[in-house]
Amino acid sequence: MAIEHFATLWQWSPTLGAGLLQNIQISVGAIGLGTLLGLLVGILLLSPLRPLRGVARLWVQVFRNAPWLVLIYFTSYVFPFDVQIAGTWVAFPDWLKVTVGLALPASANVAEIFRGAVASIPATQWEAARSLAFSRGQIFTSIILPQCLRRMLPPWMNLYAVVTMGTALASLVGVHDLIDSAQIAANTVNRSGFTVLVYFSVLALFFFYCYPIARLTQRLERRYAF
Amino acid sequence: MPSEPLIQLRDVHLAFGDNPVLRGIDLDVQAGQAVSIIGPSGSGKSTILRCMTGLLRPQRGNIRIGDTAVEQLQGEAGLIALRKQVGFVFQQYNLFPHLSVLDNLLIAPTKVLGRPRQAVRDEALALLDKVRLGHKATAFPGELSGGQQQRVAIARALAMRPKLILFDEVTSALDPEMVGEVLAVIRELTEEGMTCVLVTHEMRFAEEISDQVYFTEHGRIVEHGSAEQVFRAPTHARTQAFLQHALGEGSQRPSRPAPDVLTNLGRYSLSV
Repeated sequence: MAIEHFATLWQWSPTLGAGLLQNIQISVGAIGLGTLLGLLVGILLLSPLRPLRGVARLWVQVFRNAPWLVLIYFTSYVFPFDVQIAGTWVAFPDWLKVTVGLALPASANVAEIFRGAVASIPATQWEAARSLAFSRGQIFTSIILPQCLRRMLPPWMNLYAVVTMGTALASLVGVHDLIDSAQIAANTVNRSGFTVLVYFSVLALFFFYCYPIARLTQRLERRYAF
Repeated sequence: MPSEPLIQLRDVHLAFGDNPVLRGIDLDVQAGQAVSIIGPSGSGKSTILRCMTGLLRPQRGNIRIGDTAVEQLQGEAGLIALRKQVGFVFQQYNLFPHLSVLDNLLIAPTKVLGRPRQAVRDEALALLDKVRLGHKATAFPGELSGGQQQRVAIARALAMRPKLILFDEVTSALDPEMVGEVLAVIRELTEEGMTCVLVTHEMRFAEEISDQVYFTEHGRIVEHGSAEQVFRAPTHARTQAFLQHALGEGSQRPSRPAPDVLTNLGRYSLSV
């Protein structure tokens, strides 16, 4: 009986694997886009100009305090199915919309991680660099940022693991991800034993993808705690 | 009389909010001199140094360093030009923790002065030898003792080839056994004729190396003169009281200890 379920699971494994790849693709895209956006917003958070700071702070507050699923629905239904770029229609597939939907809260979190890292560098570092005749811009790029990047790495990786888990929401807007593949498998086979097994496999796959990231984060945190 | 002093402070006033810290400081430093500023904690000693390098801006008075009127500097460019000439060594060393010892010395001369890396590197290695840390060039600040870090910080200031160096209580954060190695480096610099201004609680050291000594209290210069005069024959009662306590039970008591001083020592907190 159980052996039979495992055999069926083996048959479905390419489908499940393809689903997991879709999740990974979305998570990498979301963290990449979110990091770029987030660093931009993070720099604006530190801007001496009040209106720029205001816009950045609004961005962070809105996207950090909205449920991720709401943002995914938001991007799924607000963006068109295809967009016209230089005269040709380019498809805007669902998985890309989900990527953007997850990149929004990721960017708000990256901006906060960045702001926190800059603030965590003691004021005496600025003072020491100023007394060595560095300009404000040079202090930022040569002294503060290099120290920030190390401090940002552990929380950033933690965020990546969270975003990866968030990709499980993609199935709700029709993306053929791991959850969606598992649902199809369970419905097709239609045996309760198999359904339990397939969802345990989904759990295991997510766990074995995210757990090493969490462990590596812990190690980096210890290493960079100077 | 010697020529125009390298550093000249006239009637410098500075307050943090309602709290006056400097209340009319006059101070002169001739090129090549070592000048110590001593006095109780909170008397404004470090603030004087910070004003000299433009980290703090006085509300009133004049500060001239070389040809630069520091209090009139507007914007970053003027301050940068000033700081290229003025080295500063902090109590807490403030090395850059993400850079190796050698890179701590190289970064300012290469990035700020735009000097070629190879030439600066040779100089920096010579400076590290000078502070007896040539073998630590590739180490990171976190791997060094406090005394070693402070010697790197002095070498880092020297790498900019400054005209003068300001030392802000550079041994106050060190374990007693490391104080000597840092003071030895400073002594060497003064002997080579580097202009040094020291804020210090190391009274015997100040007496030994200083050409001039200023005693400050409550934001004013109470007394100044040669090291010999201030330490051996202080004229002001406050100076006498301070030195009585600071020099402790050692042999170099001021000539006329005031008898009532021992009853109110609590107001002088000394960090060594």
